[in-house]
Amino acid sequence: MARKFPLAVCFLFGVVMFLQYFSQHEAARAVNQAILDYWQIVFAFTLILGVFSFARNNVTEVRRGRDRVYRIVGLAGLLSMPVLALIWGIKADTPFMWMFENVQAPMQSTVFALLAIFVASASFRGFRARSLPAAVLLISATVMLLSRSNIGGFFSDVLPDVANWIRDYPSMAARRAILIGIGLGSLTTSLRVMVGIERTWLGGEK
Amino acid sequence: MDAGTIVAGLLTLAILSFLYRDNPVYKLAEYLLIGVSIGYILVITWNNTLMALLFEPLLSEGRLWLVAPLIMGLLMWGRFHRRTLALSRIPIGFMIGSGAGVAIPAMLYGRTLKQMSATVMPLTDSSGVPDLAAIVVIAGVLTTLAYFYFSREHRGAFGGVARVGTFFLMVFFGTTFGYTVMSRMSTFIGRMEFLLTDFLRLTH
Repeated sequence: MARKFPLAVCFLFGVVMFLQYFSQHEAARAVNQAILDYWQIVFAFTLILGVFSFARNNVTEVRRGRDRVYRIVGLAGLLSMPVLALIWGIKADTPFMWMFENVQAPMQSTVFALLAIFVASASFRGFRARSLPAAVLLISATVMLLSRSNIGGFFSDVLPDVANWIRDYPSMAARRAILIGIGLGSLTTSLRVMVGIERTWLGGEK
Repeated sequence: MDAGTIVAGLLTLAILSFLYRDNPVYKLAEYLLIGVSIGYILVITWNNTLMALLFEPLLSEGRLWLVAPLIMGLLMWGRFHRRTLALSRIPIGFMIGSGAGVAIPAMLYGRTLKQMSATVMPLTDSSGVPDLAAIVVIAGVLTTLAYFYFSREHRGAFGGVARVGTFFLMVFFGTTFGYTVMSRMSTFIGRMEFLLTDFLRLTH
């Protein structure tokens, strides 16, 4: 029962969501919207579960004395946002938004930017034209990088056009094949999940 | 200079210090970022989802059918204890099942049929001149699909077709790499501009 009932729930809601796609009836639209709302609500509870798990794990590690200062800073950051939101709200010009604009956003974009350096240095070490496919990869990447920077203009005026052609046709063809593969893979996996062939999501325990 | 700029500048420098090596200042900033990000998403989810879609309609407007997702959400918290763990499978089943039900037609239409219909185009124009772009696209799609077909060994003529597919894949990886690096680089330039102009005031 502990496994059969969740499987039945999975099948039932899978079939309902699948069938509503083929109907424009008002009732079908309403059911679709209600289930999507329910999905978001359950997801929110799942997120809270994850936050509690994160907090509990960090508190345990603080007690053990592992990375104590860092974990306390992390927990302080986690607690500060709900507390600020609770006291001053979350509208513009509140401490909550100040934290978002001056703490979270700058650090997030800097981490994102850091990857530019690491990707570029890794590619400098890793990109070697040892075989024909590797040479093709190197050339297409170089053309794309040059065409999207000011330096590209020094080499040739047609470089942006060549880069656009590569992006729009050969590159797009491979992308399209990958998308078709993803589509077919997702389709079969979804069907396997719905009919109960794929049950790994139930976990190993009874 | 306002306090916000000072804090943002110092935290930006703390993250950039990782370029030298992993160090305590970077780690402090990293943990702070994780904590603040989780706190932010928690508040936004509470406000935009739980309050807007559940508690306000349920308590103010008396929409009692919303008790169903509330119960399912609470069952998800069964994962807090080993003895109630099995209860959490019910909301997981709901989420996975409804997600799969939505995915089947969406994937079939958006990812598969639409891509196929865009690929199958006339290979010549109205005067009979071959259209190089259309030929490249259909050859690229077919050979790349052949590369991902693993039910048959990649040997002989089929192996040759699959090998052509690897070249298309390499072109795709190269262009994607170039785009990724350039988008990250533009973010990096933006951070440098903030540091040099707003924070350190070295440029105008």
